[in-house]
Amino acid sequence: MSDKLALKGAALSFAFLVLILLAWYGATAPSTPPGTAAASSASAEYDALMGKGAAADPDAIKGFPTPMQFAEVAARNLAAPFYDNGPNDKGIGIQLAYSLGRVGLGYLLAMMVAIPLGFAIGMSPLLYRALDPFIQLLRPISPLAWMPIALYTIKDSTVSSIFVIFICSVWPMLVNTAFGVAGVRKDWLNVALTLEVSPLRKAFLVILPAAAPAIITGMRISMGIAWLVIIAAEMLIGGTGIGYFLWNEWNNLSIANVLFAVATIGVVGMILDRAFGLILKKVTYAE
Amino acid sequence: MPNDTNPAGIVRPLVEVDRLAKVYKPGTPPVFEDVSFTIDRGEFICIIGHSGCGKSTILNVLAGLEKASKGNVIMDNLEMTGPGLDRGVVFQSHALMPWMTVEQNIAFAIRSRHPEWSRRRIADHGARFIDLVGLTAAAKKKPSELSGGMKQRVGIARAFAIEPKMLLLDEPFGALDALTRGNIQDELLKICAETEQTVFMITHDVDEAILLADRIFLMSNGPHARIAEMVVNTMPKDRKRETMHHDPRFYAIRNHLVDFLVHRSKTFQAMTATASGQPHVPVIVRPGLEEEESAPAPERGHPPLHIVA
Repeated sequence: MSDKLALKGAALSFAFLVLILLAWYGATAPSTPPGTAAASSASAEYDALMGKGAAADPDAIKGFPTPMQFAEVAARNLAAPFYDNGPNDKGIGIQLAYSLGRVGLGYLLAMMVAIPLGFAIGMSPLLYRALDPFIQLLRPISPLAWMPIALYTIKDSTVSSIFVIFICSVWPMLVNTAFGVAGVRKDWLNVALTLEVSPLRKAFLVILPAAAPAIITGMRISMGIAWLVIIAAEMLIGGTGIGYFLWNEWNNLSIANVLFAVATIGVVGMILDRAFGLILKKVTYAE
Repeated sequence: MPNDTNPAGIVRPLVEVDRLAKVYKPGTPPVFEDVSFTIDRGEFICIIGHSGCGKSTILNVLAGLEKASKGNVIMDNLEMTGPGLDRGVVFQSHALMPWMTVEQNIAFAIRSRHPEWSRRRIADHGARFIDLVGLTAAAKKKPSELSGGMKQRVGIARAFAIEPKMLLLDEPFGALDALTRGNIQDELLKICAETEQTVFMITHDVDEAILLADRIFLMSNGPHARIAEMVVNTMPKDRKRETMHHDPRFYAIRNHLVDFLVHRSKTFQAMTATASGQPHVPVIVRPGLEEEESAPAPERGHPPLHIVA
């Protein structure tokens, strides 16, 4: 029954994809028949001088690409993901590695702060009350709003972007960890009490596994936000990264490359989310 | 019945509860007060009373999970101050860790009791108790894959595995169907007889109390609840679930308990509410004997449990 549903769902997804591609093709297909472009060599030369000629650079795509042109650009980008021709021309793999590296570092720092602190807040009602106003105030601030403060104090754009990732990943992890830890069933804590379990053993063998689904959910939300924020941060700081690549290609007026960058961001974000989904499945327990 | 004799030569029970009282909110009447009793080694006590009389609170105080407002508990000549490994608790909601298998749940308890034991020894010790409750085939399963009765069995095995001085059971079979309940009762009776375990158990089931308990404490209604009567089980120790209802004493005890729950639990409360503040001595009853005697409880200990009729 569910197999059949999955099959139907996949078929429908595929139909939608075909529909989108057809619409895309319909909207971007050249309106003039191919013959007229090479009407006279003189007018073609004039067009080229005016920057309108298709013949000026056979590789250049003007305006919004057709699906075929996009596929070509994507294939070219994917064929050499790690080439490095200087600061403004690096392969997509290198750019992605920069972005993922920044996200990873900022995220790891956030984990190191948020999970122990969330544990403490979840276990201590006093600490919860003391820190709650700060969390409520700081949480809604757009992480990019911190950028000028970070740039001024840190004076290094890369470190600033890592800081921005840190600040945006810290809140969901902190709040979810505290929520998960505070919500551990009293019965399990009572079992630990009657068995005279040491605090450290209790933290790792009772509270951590009991709160793990909430903690991983927080980490998943954080990762999603971090991946959203890094693109914008890299557009601001420039230099390297997929966000910078995207903005650079916009400046080059290469919409095909912009589209390719957008698609790449989507795919990577999906893979990250799926990975956390798998971890979540591992730590979720049925009662 | 084995009894400890301290150097002074006085026989002391395992547990002595002295004038326990619990007030939840200041200014409100106590849920229960003036609750005193003793439990001997190897004795099986059931406590029965209507909801709200504070049975669970008494059990939690014995477990060390709650503090009494007044009174104290002495176990093995030491005042009880908090939860500990000398008492095993079987929770009403079984309270198994759902992320651990049956084996791991029990190993967790054993490792808490014997941190110095090797992995192998803990596994062997655990396997013995899993076998005792007949769950060897399900040892590698998670609690979510077990039925309610099986989960409660794991809870019992976990409590027994730490070999506590006293076992505390908070209405452990309340959520089980009658058939499963009967089977686990038989198992519990068997294990307790083998290990000479001291047990304090809350139940709502009169028949269960008669089958399992050596003595049954009857609590009056709260607030101002007290132990109104201590009913001595006059049936022989080797009573069986299938045959005990043929014994005339069964009905004598049963009628006495049901009468108490239906009528006397209320009248007793009304009676004592006026006499609040005076020390209260529960009545000891031995239903089913030729002549019903009722004598006030002595200061320490109590008369022999089984008087052959």
